[in-house]
Amino acid sequence: MDNDSVFYSARTGPTNPLLDQLPSYQSLLYRRKPANGGSKRRSSSRTRMGSSGSGRWGGATVALREEKTPPLQRPVRELPRTMAEKRRDREQRLEQDRELSSWRQRRRSLHRSLKRLRADLQERLSSLVLWRGDIHLIEGMFGTGILSYFSFLRFLVLLNLVIFLLMFSFVMLPIIIAPHAGGNVTFNQADGSVCSVYPTSARRGLVIFHEHITDLLSGGGFLEQTYLFYGYYKVHAISFPGFTYNLPLAYLLVTVAYLCLSLVWIVQRSATGFKRNLIQDEDRFQSFCNKIFAGWDCCITNEDAARLKRSSLLYELKTDLEEERIKQKIADRSRKERCRIYTIRLILNVFVIAVLAACFYSIYRATIFSQKAQMEKVNFMRDLIYEYLPSIVITLANFITPLLFSVIINFEDYSPAFEIRFTLMRCVFMRLTSIGVLLFSLWSQITQCKEGPCLCGYNHQLYSCWETRVGQEMYKLTVFDFIIIAAVTIFVEFPRKLMVNYCGCGLMRWWGQQEFAIPQNVLEIVYGQTICWIGTFYCPLLPAICTIKYFFIFYIKKVSLVNNCRPATRPFRASSSNFFFLVVLLIGLALASLPVMVGVGQINCSQACGPFVNYTVSWEVLPRTVSLLPNKALRDLLFALASEAVAVSLFVITCVGMFYVIALAGAHKRVINQLREQLVMEGRDKRFLIQKLCQAQRMTPARPPVPPGGPQPLARAGRDGSAGSRSSWGSPSYHTSFSTNHSDAMFLANAPPHGSTHV
Amino acid sequence: MGNKQTIFTDEQLDAYQDCTFFTRKEILRLHGRYHELAPHLVPMDYTKEPDCKLPLALIVAMPELNENPFRNRIVESFSEDGLGNQSFNDFVDMFSVLSEMAPRELKAIFAFKIYDFNVDNFLCKEDLEQTLNRLTKEELTEEEVQLVCEKAIEEADLDGDHKLSFADFENMITRAPDFLSTFHIRI
Repeated sequence: MDNDSVFYSARTGPTNPLLDQLPSYQSLLYRRKPANGGSKRRSSSRTRMGSSGSGRWGGATVALREEKTPPLQRPVRELPRTMAEKRRDREQRLEQDRELSSWRQRRRSLHRSLKRLRADLQERLSSLVLWRGDIHLIEGMFGTGILSYFSFLRFLVLLNLVIFLLMFSFVMLPIIIAPHAGGNVTFNQADGSVCSVYPTSARRGLVIFHEHITDLLSGGGFLEQTYLFYGYYKVHAISFPGFTYNLPLAYLLVTVAYLCLSLVWIVQRSATGFKRNLIQDEDRFQSFCNKIFAGWDCCITNEDAARLKRSSLLYELKTDLEEERIKQKIADRSRKERCRIYTIRLILNVFVIAVLAACFYSIYRATIFSQKAQMEKVNFMRDLIYEYLPSIVITLANFITPLLFSVIINFEDYSPAFEIRFTLMRCVFMRLTSIGVLLFSLWSQITQCKEGPCLCGYNHQLYSCWETRVGQEMYKLTVFDFIIIAAVTIFVEFPRKLMVNYCGCGLMRWWGQQEFAIPQNVLEIVYGQTICWIGTFYCPLLPAICTIKYFFIFYIKKVSLVNNCRPATRPFRASSSNFFFLVVLLIGLALASLPVMVGVGQINCSQACGPFVNYTVSWEVLPRTVSLLPNKALRDLLFALASEAVAVSLFVITCVGMFYVIALAGAHKRVINQLREQLVMEGRDKRFLIQKLCQAQRMTPARPPVPPGGPQPLARAGRDGSAGSRSSWGSPSYHTSFSTNHSDAMFLANAPPHGSTHV
Repeated sequence: MGNKQTIFTDEQLDAYQDCTFFTRKEILRLHGRYHELAPHLVPMDYTKEPDCKLPLALIVAMPELNENPFRNRIVESFSEDGLGNQSFNDFVDMFSVLSEMAPRELKAIFAFKIYDFNVDNFLCKEDLEQTLNRLTKEELTEEEVQLVCEKAIEEADLDGDHKLSFADFENMITRAPDFLSTFHIRI
């Protein structure tokens, strides 16, 4: 009898011979014997019929089925066998094809060449992907956790580029090509009222150089009346030969479109992660098994990175053990302790809310002060600081609060995993709400007039074109954000690295090398993206600026990472981190659409600038265009769609749909649990039955066993027959070649129809 | 199309393309890598299917495998004699299974083989202990190692025999979200 000595070594302890002959264990054989073993294998692979996707092709159960050409075959490359065997399989399939009718043959060869073409095309496209080489390098040095940050950055670059192209092609392009394409641009006429006075902000006379810099950094002066801001698009319509292009409508629709496009794209990207999170239990997927078997990142090629990965795995395992201990501790907590913990948590949460309120209030006051100070220009430096005061305050707040939160969380006595998540949520909330507070304070200024209700719906004396002003604030936030990121890298991280490397004093060693903290970096770029989403309506060129900004940030971060940083000792799992990034981005999108909707639908638009001069609110352009449609039926339909009846029914239907899906998910979870229990039971049944069988064997005299389910024709029966089966009961080398044991396997496979091995 | 290469015949390249997850260019590149491991041993002309095997020591010295704690087991699992002597077919097979496009089931089968140190078709406690020690370079205390292995077996063992069969392993690995992204070597 042949021996697959590689895979079968001396067993430790008494093992059941029958257990090793089961199909599920046989399926692990990687190397089969040559010749006749091979031919039998081929037939089994053909009849496997793409079952359960587990790659288990072995087992006499499969051979029991009639040999027939299956409609679906697993592609050869997915079979777990040696290359020589796969090539033989492939030859065989090609021969098979030759026996088929010529039409089928042609179809198969067409299918094959199409597949190959698609593979070539995909390869060529993937070489065009932005930053492929750089990301490959980062993956090799730091693993998949940090890689996910950089691919997230790449996604944002693409997103911003697409938004900019949308804005450009529907809003700017018609204006630019109008004179060349014979179009006639009709501008919004000033109707002489006091609301439509727009003093020009261009500087006159001799302009000192640093005033240009101020203008560039604050978006005022020469930049104000350019394509950059909303106020420049004072176009009513563009009449091309043949049709009229309604620019206000286009402007509004593009705004809605880019928000919807972002939503769809992000949801589509997060679909896989979300599905996985729904299906899996919370505890399970951070489990020990995941860390042991899927913990080592095989992409790592760098010695330092390998050392870091090892230490991070060590840290993770220790944390997990710690977490088990804490869970035990929590379960053992007495009532008095629990009360104490809850009161501490309450006090600390109130403290956190107080800190947040203080930050928001300071942002509010800074904004108001800055707006007032912009009216009087004193000197260059002070003006600049006053212009950037809100940004400075926001950045300071966003720098201090995470440190505060990470200190506070230590006293709240949560489990480590929850601590990380909770601190992160607080930081996310802080970052994204600060923009909202800024906007709110701006709006309170804009809609507040000195004497009672405003004449034009907004404060036309201070803000003759308030949208441009909001756009300028967003522009300033973006510019400042970029400056801060670049400055922190250059003036903090590089010196830190130099000092840690060359100055061996205790303080430096304690401070340590810069860690690349993924969550904080992700929050930074989501913050920038939220500003971009809010600001695009008021500053149509902002997406382009953000694209360029993220482009440079990629290189800055990459250089900083490679030269200065070591990966965080607190590991950030790639799988959950992709999902985390996209969830935070979605929160940012939701928080961004709120101000946009309020600005579009609520606040009166300026009468002095912009495309919506003839309307009270920007949203009004839509109903007015619909009412001007020639087709009455269409008009009625569109008005009906916008009515409350449709909105309420849509809401109700969405709720019902959501409940259904949640119930479905719950039902699936329950089914999975039941199946899991069934699997366990089947395993126990199997062992029990085998033990009983062995007992029965020992008691009865040696006799050829009669297969209970009636013998079925076996393709491999030729080699051994009954004599072999008799001898194999007592033979010592019972766990060797498949071909000698197939009859026993067949015997066993007949008994339980739904063995656990076939799930 | 492209430059004429004389390393493989067209049929061979087609066969490789069908049997692995690589394109023609990648297969040629892999041959280049295989060749540079031992330029005097590996012929440049593979049209006659020469029988050339490289020893384990040369293959685990590759930068892609050098830092992997399981490099020996990986190469052994993909060799015909089980000792790590790989022909070019085995070499390509190994990287094909470890590439991005290999399906989860295929990777699970080979991962099981790799982690099964004593090659008994079960992941028993000793296998797990060895895996853990290689992962952490023995920096966990003995007690912690025992605890972690016990917990791992507890989590994944479904049939109650205190070791992981392939069914248990596969069931567990389908729910391990990182498996596909970590069990992947880029070449």
